[in-house]
Amino acid sequence: MTSPAAPSSASARPAVVPPAAQSRPTVEQVTGAQSVVRSLEELGVDIVFGIPGGAVLPLYDPLLDSTKVRHILVRHEQGAGHAATGYAQATGRVGVCMATSGPGATNLVTPIADAHMDSVPLVAITGQVGSPLIGTDGFQEADICGITMPITKHNFMVTDAAEIPSVIASAFHIASTGRPGPVLVDIPKDILQAATTFSWPAEIHLPGYRPTARPHSGQISAAAKLIVAARRPVLYIGGGVIKAEATEQLLRLAELTGIPVVTTLMARGAFPDSHIQHLGMPGMHGTVAAVAAMQKADLLVAIGTRFDDRVTGQLDSFAPGATVIHADIDPAEIGKNRTADVPIVGDAKDVINELIGAVTAEQGSGVVTDLFAWWAELDEIRETFPTGFEEPHDGTLAPQYVIKRLGEISGPDTVFTSGVGQHQMWAAQFIKYEHPRTWLNSGGLGTMGYSVPAAMGAKAGRPDATVWSIDGDGCFQMTNQELATCAIEGIPIKVAVINNGNLGMVRQWQTLFYGERYSNTDLGTHKLRIPDFKLLAEAMGCAGLRCESKEDVDATIEAAMAINDRPVVVDFTVGKDAQVWPMVASGTGNDQIMAARDIRPLFEEE
Amino acid sequence: MSRHTLSVLVENKPGVLARVSALFSRRGFNIHSLAVGPTEDPDVSRMTIVVSVEGPALEQVTKQLNKLINVLKIVELTPSAAVQRELLLLKVRADATTREQIVTVVEMFRAHIVDLAPESLTIEATGTTDKLEALFRMLEPFGIREMVQSGMVALGRGPRSISSSGGRQE
Repeated sequence: MTSPAAPSSASARPAVVPPAAQSRPTVEQVTGAQSVVRSLEELGVDIVFGIPGGAVLPLYDPLLDSTKVRHILVRHEQGAGHAATGYAQATGRVGVCMATSGPGATNLVTPIADAHMDSVPLVAITGQVGSPLIGTDGFQEADICGITMPITKHNFMVTDAAEIPSVIASAFHIASTGRPGPVLVDIPKDILQAATTFSWPAEIHLPGYRPTARPHSGQISAAAKLIVAARRPVLYIGGGVIKAEATEQLLRLAELTGIPVVTTLMARGAFPDSHIQHLGMPGMHGTVAAVAAMQKADLLVAIGTRFDDRVTGQLDSFAPGATVIHADIDPAEIGKNRTADVPIVGDAKDVINELIGAVTAEQGSGVVTDLFAWWAELDEIRETFPTGFEEPHDGTLAPQYVIKRLGEISGPDTVFTSGVGQHQMWAAQFIKYEHPRTWLNSGGLGTMGYSVPAAMGAKAGRPDATVWSIDGDGCFQMTNQELATCAIEGIPIKVAVINNGNLGMVRQWQTLFYGERYSNTDLGTHKLRIPDFKLLAEAMGCAGLRCESKEDVDATIEAAMAINDRPVVVDFTVGKDAQVWPMVASGTGNDQIMAARDIRPLFEEE
Repeated sequence: MSRHTLSVLVENKPGVLARVSALFSRRGFNIHSLAVGPTEDPDVSRMTIVVSVEGPALEQVTKQLNKLINVLKIVELTPSAAVQRELLLLKVRADATTREQIVTVVEMFRAHIVDLAPESLTIEATGTTDKLEALFRMLEPFGIREMVQSGMVALGRGPRSISSSGGRQE
């Protein structure tokens, strides 16, 4: 069963709208900085991740006095951004990060771009040099609004302190509604210092922003007719279903129709992996069954997903026989990569609810959908090509085994975060996800270094959950400084470094496509043990463990599970030659999927 | 690729032009011309954007523009249903022997001479792209010293206004 894992007793929907009911016309005399803090308090922000600096200093002064907003001092602004993203992905609420002007703000660029690609509700507040200095190449000046224009849903430069409450309210509204995304608010130092008044806006004035939530009834009924008539349908589910808190509805629709379900990398957990109708993840490293189902489908019911190239492979050979129903909250996604036969603009929860009604009506009118032959075919593929791995021939520890045991031992209520690369794909393949918001990763941007700070943010937002960061030895070295933050701020995350001594995914491509010429992928974390991750962990106030053999895996995971007074880092020293399979090689079509090296499944038999 | 004229109402706020032009550039949409100016409402500006795209891409341009928070409304103005004008300023080499012939051409195109010097004439002309191209071809043999041309502006024909003509185009 899917259960909503949202921990918050507050509204599970990521919509933070100013409480219009409290439209008391109280006017407080404040500074701009105080106005920012008051606004964050009004919005119910409990945690902000950030680092102070010159231009944003005025804002940090009243922050010291806030009893509602906790500021977590990170070690690098990138950590603040990913932590806010992890917080948002784990809780469904808006994540907030803060930085100073110039380098502080530019260090947020990667996490902002990451949140933009993965549609994460994020608000970034940056200090800016004083208004008279803007445009003069002042000290620590960077045009962060200009820089983040293409990677934010919207951004604001505040030019009048009196506008602060309405701008921040608008930022949260834009970030959390429609297709969620990052919003940046840049505030010059003199605006933060200015004397102004604070009054919470009764309403938000955004005449050009009206996201469509309710789907068109005619499109819903057209979709329902296709669904009941299809012989080889597939529910192609994306992360939008998790963002819309629509996973229970999805389960009902799937069981009502009997249609096989595939969940993309961003949607792992949207549908229980234990469910018989779940074929797994589609795409470049998806299951053979999920990829085959889409290739052979006569109908794709795509919900909250965007036909990313990592899912479709070569577009012109993707799901060639399928009619496409495409539902998304963002009209620009519909028809962007693949023409939709039935486009539906709307919130995934509303769409699925209405589809349930319309399909039920169709079924009531006597239409019987027979998917027996389709399931027989898919079951055969699923049995012939299960997700699996080979034990390494050189006696080293199999990374897939470590990750599989992590999932099994820590259980389905654990929140997992990952970096980007082989360990990410194995974590998507070998951990069984049962609940939404238990799998956080950088899907669209593919940001190495996401895992540790995202785990920090997830744990800060859901302190009662066990949070495992699964990371690679390459990724881990990009952002592990946040372990110091975790140790000091009391955020006991657990980190499994899948240490294969190399930039593993790049090395895999070099093995397969570059004649085994290993240019710059050996990190020395094996042969030189630099850094020693166990010692590194201990140096940052964490427990450090190491595991090098299969026999020790369970005991090590259990030892890590038992430590809850500080963060734990486990160096799982694994073999360097393990590869991620199945694989659709870049630039080829999904029909070319390889179940394992030199094993091409059934397509060419036909 | 065919040309389409989009009339776009935007909030009159700093950075809006940058948002629109950056969007075109990063999505690989080709702007042929862009004109922006005030409207009857001081809070609203109007952009007239001529894009060179094919059918499905035009829909994507419109959808992406609609995602910009500062964009209020987008309407495509087809040549048959709209008045479309560009402004051309043209400095032509002219002396006593050629001036008379140039003036004749200018009059035939209902253009104006706005500056006069012993060896040149500056001509102001408004009209459709085709008309201005024709004028240019007629004057080219005399020697064009320099020219400047505005982006196209356009208004729909008939009594309706863009702000009253239904919802945003999807």
